[in-house]
Amino acid sequence: MTAEFAGNQIVIEVLYLIASVLFILALKWMSSPTTARHGIWAGEIGMLLAIGGTLLHHGIIDYRLIAIALVLGTIIGIPLGRVQMTAVPQRTALSHAFGALCVTLVGSAEFYLRTPDISRFMMSVLSVEVILGGLTFTGSLMAAGKLQEILPQRPLIYRGQNFVNFSLLAIALVIAVYLVLHPGARSLFPFMLAIATLFGVLLIIPIGGADMPTVISLLNAYAGLSAAAMGFVLDSKLLIIAGALDGSSGLILSIIMSKAMNRSFTNVLFGAFGQVQTSAAAGQEEKVVRSATAEEAAAILSAANKVIVVPGYGMAVAQAQHKVRELYDGLTKRGVEVRFAIHPVAGRMPGHMNVLLAEADIPYDRLVEMDEINGDFPQTDVALVIGANDVTNPAARSDTTSPIYGMPILDVDKAHTVMVIKRSMNPGFAGIDNPLYYLGNTLMLFGDAKAFVGGIVRELGGGHG
Amino acid sequence: MASSSNLINALFIFVLAGFIGFEVIRRVSPLLHTPLMSLTNALDAIAVVGAIILVGEHKNSLSAVLGFIAVVAATSNIVGGFYITDRMLRMFKSSRPAPKP
Repeated sequence: MTAEFAGNQIVIEVLYLIASVLFILALKWMSSPTTARHGIWAGEIGMLLAIGGTLLHHGIIDYRLIAIALVLGTIIGIPLGRVQMTAVPQRTALSHAFGALCVTLVGSAEFYLRTPDISRFMMSVLSVEVILGGLTFTGSLMAAGKLQEILPQRPLIYRGQNFVNFSLLAIALVIAVYLVLHPGARSLFPFMLAIATLFGVLLIIPIGGADMPTVISLLNAYAGLSAAAMGFVLDSKLLIIAGALDGSSGLILSIIMSKAMNRSFTNVLFGAFGQVQTSAAAGQEEKVVRSATAEEAAAILSAANKVIVVPGYGMAVAQAQHKVRELYDGLTKRGVEVRFAIHPVAGRMPGHMNVLLAEADIPYDRLVEMDEINGDFPQTDVALVIGANDVTNPAARSDTTSPIYGMPILDVDKAHTVMVIKRSMNPGFAGIDNPLYYLGNTLMLFGDAKAFVGGIVRELGGGHG
Repeated sequence: MASSSNLINALFIFVLAGFIGFEVIRRVSPLLHTPLMSLTNALDAIAVVGAIILVGEHKNSLSAVLGFIAVVAATSNIVGGFYITDRMLRMFKSSRPAPKP
């Protein structure tokens, strides 16, 4: 190594150090919406420094190919940054897949470059990198496909599913162990990779839409951990740090999501909701449901002092957030206090509802978390549920036989009047009947969320001078 | 390549960074969980540095091709991730000081 190379190396390491600090600051500034945009700048500067530093690397001889790849990636990245807000969950899943793809490909290339002269430790981390990366890649693609509704959102369940999945994972791990002991057996590597990717597909097949917030967070954690493993392989501190940050972020979100559903990770991954789907149909006929028109709903809302809106995935599907904003404006103008109650797992990814409502220009201080707002429902005149179902189901509090028993819910049934906008009486995605709809203080507003909210807005506008 | 002292160093860094991540991210408002995920996604795409070296060193055509695809995938995450995070955060506005009566 000549002096010039050594000098380069120091510059690179210092740039990486600065980038690491900027990455940590970026996440720190995300703690509040007022500082969050500084976080992006910090992240961007850190990224530019790190890439710039890498280009100084003395071993690089081919800059042309790098430039083409960077340009191509940018061309693909721009439309991925411009997707509609309602498509953010599938975009996020897709980017987990891309991240994992990068890690897996680099791991595979390193395997073929380094074997058979590779230490046991290095081969172990490399196996972790490739197995975790491979399963995250296909798993995230599956999740994105389900969210985009290219693939059926219903969980697909068959007998012996968990046995098949665990066996596959076990085979992949056995191959990994064999490769650690005999790194010369290069022909086994593609099998390990193939089994890991197959496992990723099968892992997501039984998972339904309602579990997506947890699953996306878990895939996020896997993507981060596989990147950290890659950092061990390449002996790159920057990569280890970025991977650890991403991994802990995904892990924290997974914990929050699974707590909000009162389920463990293993239950989300291996205990699909599917089995209960048909059970709730009986006895539905005799229960009485009261429904109301947009005109009646508008009258009740405008007579209220305090209204809490509870949005759910149905609002996202119907793209109703802008109409909800008009409703918010109309009611606020009449002196009605309107707030939004956000359940942690409402929607298809963590924070999904907040982003949609922010897109519709609803001020973020009107968006209140479950724990903070739950005590206010008894003093609330109207709780308006738009496209949310399981997160408002009082059976979770009282009915020990319910599959969602114990899940923390929004106590909408305690409001003086509950109005639920819903397309029909069909039970929700999980197939669980919701006793909320048969309560004496509940009015069902049947229709498409966007059209119905639009109807209420029109009535509000016409009714007063 | 990593000697055992390098390995210990790497483990130290991993554990400490994980700890920092846990403490920092625990404080992120649930309001911003979606942008948080797209931001960490963009930061995670720092894996691009490993891929860039693979392409640049061009040790053989397999590693160059795999590295090339990896650079494309990671770069699209960097560009798309920062871009959409910025778009999302620009939408979060507080209610104006005095809401109109």
